[in-house]
Amino acid sequence: MNRRFGYGTVLSWARANASRWGLVVSFFLVCAFSADAARIGELEDTQFWEQAWRFVSLRDDVVRTALLGAVFLGISCGLLGSFIVVRKLSLFGDTLSHAVLPGVAIGYLVAGQKDPLAIFVGATVAGVLGTVMVNLIKKTTHIKEDSSLGMVLAGFYGVGIVLMNRIQKLPTGTQSGIDKFLFGQAAALSPTEVWMIAGVAIAAVLLVWGFYRQFLLGSFDVGFARALGLPAGVFHYVLMMLLAFTVVVSLQAVGAVLVSAMLVIPAASAYLLTDRMHRMLILASAFGVISGVLGAFFSFLGNSLPTGPLMVLAASTVFTLSFLFSPRHGLVSRWRKHRSREKRIQNENTLKAIYQVREASEFAGEGVKLSDLASRMRESEEETRARVEQLGAIGMCDLKEIEDEWFAFLNPDGWLRACAVVRNHRLWELYLTNQAEYEPDHVHDDAEVIEHVLGEETVRQLERLLDYPAEDPHGKLIPSLADLQRSLTREPREGRSSGYRMPNQ
Amino acid sequence: MEDVPLETHDLTVAYEKRPVLYGVDVRVPEGKLIGIVGPNGAGKSTLIKAIMGIVPTTGGWVKVYGKPFAKNAKRVGYVPQRESVDWDFPVNVMDVVLMGRYGKLGMMGRVKKEDREIAEACLEKVGMLPYAKRQISNLSGGQQQRVFLARALAQESDLYLMDEPFVGVDAATEAAIIELLRELKNRGKTIMVVHHDLPTAQKYFDMLLLLNMRLVAFGPTEEVFTQELLQKTYGGRLTILSEVASTVSREK
Repeated sequence: MNRRFGYGTVLSWARANASRWGLVVSFFLVCAFSADAARIGELEDTQFWEQAWRFVSLRDDVVRTALLGAVFLGISCGLLGSFIVVRKLSLFGDTLSHAVLPGVAIGYLVAGQKDPLAIFVGATVAGVLGTVMVNLIKKTTHIKEDSSLGMVLAGFYGVGIVLMNRIQKLPTGTQSGIDKFLFGQAAALSPTEVWMIAGVAIAAVLLVWGFYRQFLLGSFDVGFARALGLPAGVFHYVLMMLLAFTVVVSLQAVGAVLVSAMLVIPAASAYLLTDRMHRMLILASAFGVISGVLGAFFSFLGNSLPTGPLMVLAASTVFTLSFLFSPRHGLVSRWRKHRSREKRIQNENTLKAIYQVREASEFAGEGVKLSDLASRMRESEEETRARVEQLGAIGMCDLKEIEDEWFAFLNPDGWLRACAVVRNHRLWELYLTNQAEYEPDHVHDDAEVIEHVLGEETVRQLERLLDYPAEDPHGKLIPSLADLQRSLTREPREGRSSGYRMPNQ
Repeated sequence: MEDVPLETHDLTVAYEKRPVLYGVDVRVPEGKLIGIVGPNGAGKSTLIKAIMGIVPTTGGWVKVYGKPFAKNAKRVGYVPQRESVDWDFPVNVMDVVLMGRYGKLGMMGRVKKEDREIAEACLEKVGMLPYAKRQISNLSGGQQQRVFLARALAQESDLYLMDEPFVGVDAATEAAIIELLRELKNRGKTIMVVHHDLPTAQKYFDMLLLLNMRLVAFGPTEEVFTQELLQKTYGGRLTILSEVASTVSREK
């Protein structure tokens, strides 16, 4: 059975390459082939390679046509999808792609066969009709847009399914290929259809390239576009027409059910990776092409599995990767940022404790006994030792053994940082009590958080506001910014004395 | 005679048949800083949007420097409300300010070096040049407002229409903006600002346009900022207008 052959070959191939393609393939496996997991290994590797080679070598016309279709489809879906995503029209795209289905069926019925042009016209008319109905419901009733979109989507789709069933029951129905419009079949693309896909893609590229500014401004701030005297309405309709054409010509390859996914997913992946519109357009098109080609490839390997779901799976894999690894918005990078922040806060707390231990002994002696530090931080000496070693690793502190006792010695960098943290903490406490009228015994917890995030600009402002204070609400000295700077140049201290001193002073 | 920056006659606007502005007649003189003041729902934003054709008018006409708006759109700069756009949109500060140049570029023109220099100068004026490469979602409210202001400056217009440029802005930014507006005025520009705070309105503006669905008064601040006229603008006497408006929309 052909279908079983398809699942099996892909699986055995996947196993052979598991290490390299681990993530991507396992995603495919889990999603698409789990049902057939029992049949693993029924078939030979050689058959798989033969089939893959047939695809890669582009020997067959069918492969060439399907591939060309997938590439152009990826481009136009990526471009139009980007605009849909930034304009928050994803649901509209979904409705449009379902609403075209009855048009496909009627086009087929009128032409009496699978005539690309008749189907194109029928689908476009149905799409426009669906859009008009959404607007009509929205304007004349108090039903909101999401509901009217949902109704039109389901209603048109239902009509489409009924009509398609009628066609299947016609004498010529089983050969009609009309069922391919639901889930897509790139291998069934005719040259005419590929030309139509290519035409739409080329038109989309040229228009977006030529009128990029107008599309950009119309999407970002349509009011401003009108105020500039630009024909914002015209460009909106051009974009909507391109969108409708993209949906209609993509039907054969992706299917009505999943066209909107091919519009949204590559664009959303690109949106995670960049924050410039032109880069998003390029990236989304690239992702669209990759997804389209991978979908066509796996469909071919699987002996004409429906292309749509496979393309969408490939696109979802791309999305998952950018969701995890996007440098700015990715899960992994966010987790790492969080980790490094946690670590910095921990280090700063250790520095602060060292300062406080030295302060308790009125800054006599440079080193801080590890046992003193441990009791100050209310933890075991091993834990404290680990903390101090962590500080040592970033060059802020040295650990030395003197007469069987371990001492922590802060380097100048470490000492400056320690003073800065203490200063931030005490300044903030003072600000809360003096200016924000907190009770002195309430302020400590708040300051514990704030001390790590205050920037130098804010600190200067606070100092000015509090008239360069020397003491915090608990009567402790505040090392001032001026003290810190003076210590860097090693000038003698003057005026108000504070607790601040360099390690070697 | 030099054409007046803005003249409207019997300007009327209705949303979904519900009237929001009734027959506004104004003749705005050149080189003035003008506040548009009135209660919520008085149609302040609608007035400036109607002037620029952003919302359709149901009656009357608008002339900008003696011509219909569409013919003189290039001479009008616009600062929309900050909430009117999606600040997560994938553009950076420079991209937004360059949009101010689009009107001058025409249909097919490309952004040139000269446009970039103008945009940079405008960012400098609002103190946002260091942020030129920032993505716009990473800005505070005051910074976003300044970006919009820089975009309007980049339009190099003669008449500026600003929709609540002080909303959600810190005191320092507010002072900086008003300073900038005065400087524009001294260079002969005409600026109309939708404003909702009465005490500062008296301080900031040369002239006030009191609006409550219809034009209550328009004139120099010291003449218009009177108990009687403010009462007329904010007081309950005009509620009948809005009641009638509701009736009209029900009857449609």
